Amino acid sequence: MTDPAPNPAIAVGAATDDRAARSTRTRKRFAAERRFRFYGLAAVLTAFGFLILLLSTVIGNAIPAFTYNYAQLPVELTNEKLTPENAAEFDFRKTVHAAQLSLFPDISDRAGRRLVRGIFSSGTPIVVRGEVAANTDWIGTRQIIPVPVSDDADLYLKGLVDTDLPESQRNISDAEIALVDQLVERGLIERQFNTIFFTNGASREPEMAGIMGALIGSLLTLSITLLLSAPIGVLAAIYLEEFAPKNRLTDFIEVNINNLAAVPSIVFGLLGLAVFLNFMEFPRSAPLVGGMVLALMTLPTVIIASRAALRAVPPSIREAALGIGASRIQTVFHHVLPLAMPGILTGTIIGMAGALGETAPLLMIGMVAFVVDLPAAVTDPATVLPVQIYMWADFPEIGFQQKTAAAIVILLLFLIAMNAIAVWLRSRFERRW
Amino acid sequence: MMVALALIALATIAYFTARSRSVALAGGDASTLHSRPVYHGFYAFFWVLLPALAIWLVASRIADWYISSSLSERFSAVIESLSGPQAGAFINDAMTLASGGRIGFPDDDKIAAGEFVAGLQSAAFWLVAALVIGVALAGFFYAYSRIEPRKRTRQAVERVVRYALIACSVVAVLTTIGIVFSLIFESVRFFGRVSVFDFLFGYHWSPQSAFEGAGASTADDNSRVFGAIPLFAGTLLITFIAMCVAAPIGLMAAIYLSDYASAGFRKIAKPVLEILAGVPTVVYGFFAALTVAPAIRGWGEVIGLTVSSESALAAGLVMGIMIIPFVSSLSDDVINAVPQSLRDGSAGLGATKSETIRKVVLPAALPGIVSALLLAVSRAIGETMIVVMAAGLAANLTINPLEAVTTVTVQIVTLLVGDQEFDSAKTLAAFALGLVLFIITLALNVVALRVVQKYKEQYD
Amino acid sequence: MNATTTQQTTPATTTIPSDPPVKMECRDLSVFYAEKQALNGVDLDIREKQVTALIGPSGCGKSTFLRCLNRMNDTVDIARVEGKVLLDGRDIYDPDVDVVELRADVGMVFQKPNPFPKSIYENVAYGPRIHGLARGKDEMDAIVEKSLKRAGLWKEVSDRLAEPGTGLSGGQQQRLCIARAIAVSPAVILMDEPCSALDPIATAIVEELIDELRQRYTIVIVTHSMQQAARVSQETAFFHLGNIVETGITDDIFTNPKDPRTESYISGRIG
Repeated sequence: MTDPAPNPAIAVGAATDDRAARSTRTRKRFAAERRFRFYGLAAVLTAFGFLILLLSTVIGNAIPAFTYNYAQLPVELTNEKLTPENAAEFDFRKTVHAAQLSLFPDISDRAGRRLVRGIFSSGTPIVVRGEVAANTDWIGTRQIIPVPVSDDADLYLKGLVDTDLPESQRNISDAEIALVDQLVERGLIERQFNTIFFTNGASREPEMAGIMGALIGSLLTLSITLLLSAPIGVLAAIYLEEFAPKNRLTDFIEVNINNLAAVPSIVFGLLGLAVFLNFMEFPRSAPLVGGMVLALMTLPTVIIASRAALRAVPPSIREAALGIGASRIQTVFHHVLPLAMPGILTGTIIGMAGALGETAPLLMIGMVAFVVDLPAAVTDPATVLPVQIYMWADFPEIGFQQKTAAAIVILLLFLIAMNAIAVWLRSRFERRW
Repeated sequence: MMVALALIALATIAYFTARSRSVALAGGDASTLHSRPVYHGFYAFFWVLLPALAIWLVASRIADWYISSSLSERFSAVIESLSGPQAGAFINDAMTLASGGRIGFPDDDKIAAGEFVAGLQSAAFWLVAALVIGVALAGFFYAYSRIEPRKRTRQAVERVVRYALIACSVVAVLTTIGIVFSLIFESVRFFGRVSVFDFLFGYHWSPQSAFEGAGASTADDNSRVFGAIPLFAGTLLITFIAMCVAAPIGLMAAIYLSDYASAGFRKIAKPVLEILAGVPTVVYGFFAALTVAPAIRGWGEVIGLTVSSESALAAGLVMGIMIIPFVSSLSDDVINAVPQSLRDGSAGLGATKSETIRKVVLPAALPGIVSALLLAVSRAIGETMIVVMAAGLAANLTINPLEAVTTVTVQIVTLLVGDQEFDSAKTLAAFALGLVLFIITLALNVVALRVVQKYKEQYD
Repeated sequence: MNATTTQQTTPATTTIPSDPPVKMECRDLSVFYAEKQALNGVDLDIREKQVTALIGPSGCGKSTFLRCLNRMNDTVDIARVEGKVLLDGRDIYDPDVDVVELRADVGMVFQKPNPFPKSIYENVAYGPRIHGLARGKDEMDAIVEKSLKRAGLWKEVSDRLAEPGTGLSGGQQQRLCIARAIAVSPAVILMDEPCSALDPIATAIVEELIDELRQRYTIVIVTHSMQQAARVSQETAFFHLGNIVETGITDDIFTNPKDPRTESYISGRIG
């Protein structure tokens, strides 16, 4: 009916003046048709536009965070108190400050010294300690060690500071800029891949903050979620789909699961707070509790997806197994479950992806802890990637804004990978009966 | 931990012993057994594991209870000399010391109590461990002695499996019960301090100024700062803005994709919309706070409007974007459920495609679309991260989308994040808000699911 | 277990020298689906090493009846069975009977070939495995070979046992399902319209196979096709609206039906 030509069948037998009126009306109708169609296309394209805007904002902000400017710092490791044994605990502050000043021999006043220290990261001694502890044979020698510059200097070097602004409106002073420029001229600044970002835990200093702690936290939390919700969800689905008699109780469980799927995630956080933390007295901020809350949250997703997958296995398979004397449990576990497995896995992965991106319920159970040390067990205080993003987004430093965006990119990459696996599983093992 | 490992080891040994025993009893010919040797193995496995686990749970509860009661008895003189919270702290500190932890202000009494508890605990540990292992062994010998070739072991094992399946499906119900009870329990405590009426219909929300302490005036004071109307209004305002964005765009996108788009375009567009749906809400929150809010503020300045940097408009707009795929995929389902015969009938009368959609398909799909929108509203009301990051904290009662408002979810997060005493009216208020949120979203879902079910039955 | 008192009305003129012993007897067997009665107190004897055909118009209860013989109706929640089914004199609905062992004794072949989506070998080996019939791989190999040979499929698949059973043609799939049923060495094999999904050539092969299997197994077959019943069965029971209208030697029923309903059905007037 999109044919723009007027329908001749309508015109036949019509009065002449009627015909003119009709063709005007038909033209109007087709104009309305085109408008309607355009609105539809516009709606789809608007949605696309939002997605592109969202992704480009995030990626545009994230790119600078993946590299960092390092200064080649000549460090004298000749302090007699420094030994290979104590290198991992040694206080390198004095050594580092001496090395930083040695780059600018003509500066001697207090203000100048502070200026010099200001263009380097305050985490420099820790970086140096890490390097020396890993290379104890350096002790007693002079080494050139690449150390991170301060985040303001880094932003300036990346061209993200508007130098036309009056000095009072930016975080880096003209004097500091002059020092940084000097280092650049002497070829001592090198832009490298930002390893600190990928290996460190949380920090108040943007240049020392990394996502490793949050990544490990997410991994631990998600493991607990998977260990709980996958078996419970699949077994529950098996019961409801294969064994449950049709009665009030099963109807109630079914309605219950459907409604649970639509409960706001923050309510699960309240449940976790009231039951797991206050009633059962599990440790606060721990991946164990986070994983349990997310498991309850993803359970309906897993159950619904698993039931759909089990339902897709044709009854003839069940009859075949029962017909040669397999028990119902054997039938399910030998035949039905393996055939439903791809669908179940797909559903589980999608549920896990949802859990990975979830923030609100974890705020409720205190996973906003500022954790510098990397968590090692499921009962250690930890945070997770989305919560880390939330916390960084709140910090005022521009450096953190980029960290936030970079962390989002990492999170999105994980989500894309998980969804890609789900799609692949679906297409690889999908079976038409 | 050691006990758990020992149990698992014992159960595994039982599995293999029972399995080979059953074969031996059958004279090496397994086919004469009623049940496969594997089932005899699992039979013994369960007999070792399950009673022992049950005993373990009960015994360790009793041991804990015995330790804490004998601690209060032994140190009753010390405890009575302390005030309420300090007495609790004394017991906690003793427990911490006993498990090798460090405490804030150790004194002789606490150290003595800690040693007392540690002594009891190690005795209790060995007692419980011996009991558990004993029960496990008893279970093993019982199961072992009951192995017979014609015994219906498979049925017994499968019954255990079936109970396990039932237990798993009950978890979902327990979750709901847990949610309902924890919300109601804490809310009742809250409404003991602030009246329900003041909470639901009060105009003033500033929990930060809530006064903690005893006295008749407290309840009156608190009643005046826990009026949730501004929160409900703010939530509705942001939800309304979000629906203004999501409803037309989502619906038109669904119509275009189901009735106009070529198969190729659909193949690309649907996954793109799914990506939009899969983006974590915290990312939307970042986008709203970093890009959208400043942009709206900038435009506002250009045309001479003062826009709050945490305007309801920014949060609502981004929330709308988040909900677009939700609306479009739900409406897509209902639009596709309208039978082709209706479309053909309309087209056969000479209607254009858009006329068919507007006059035939949409009216037919209306109940489904309404329920899709209800579900979207429920999603918007319960959404947390976008508003936490982009909406404000101040409870303004306004309908101006350019001002900052706050929402129910924002206040729940604000009241509960950070270290707080669990008993204060502030934290309890969060549960009362949670209860309201739960009831409203549940009601919306139940109504929406009911409507959509009726609608589907109509065309099945 | 007073089985001999309720004698079935078998015509005196018999083409078989002596009546083979009764393998299964059904006494007053009724089946309800929820409130609807699908079978109204049916009596039938099934004789050993004979093919018994169940015929009748669709919805007459013949498939329901068949599924009672190895309690496949247990899997339908709303189904309720009353009456007795005796296998070698023992009631299979006795609470003491293990339905799993029963189904090893009374195997079933379904209307549509339903091989497991596994290899041909695994399809046949599954039954013996869950019942523990083979000690070691050699015995299992022997069982698989013997079953496939008896199902007349060995020559066609012996060189590709590892290929999926779902890759075979329809007729081969159905013979695979028969091999799978044979592999647990049942005494009785139930067949629910085993040829309805097959082409005429495959049907002919399966029919020949059924005739051969009669030497070792008692077979009960539900069929829509009069010719098939006439070709493969020795005894026939005619079902109509949940009742057995007539039973007897197949030749008698087809040449000399006693009940007018049987006659109209056989001559194609109802069905």
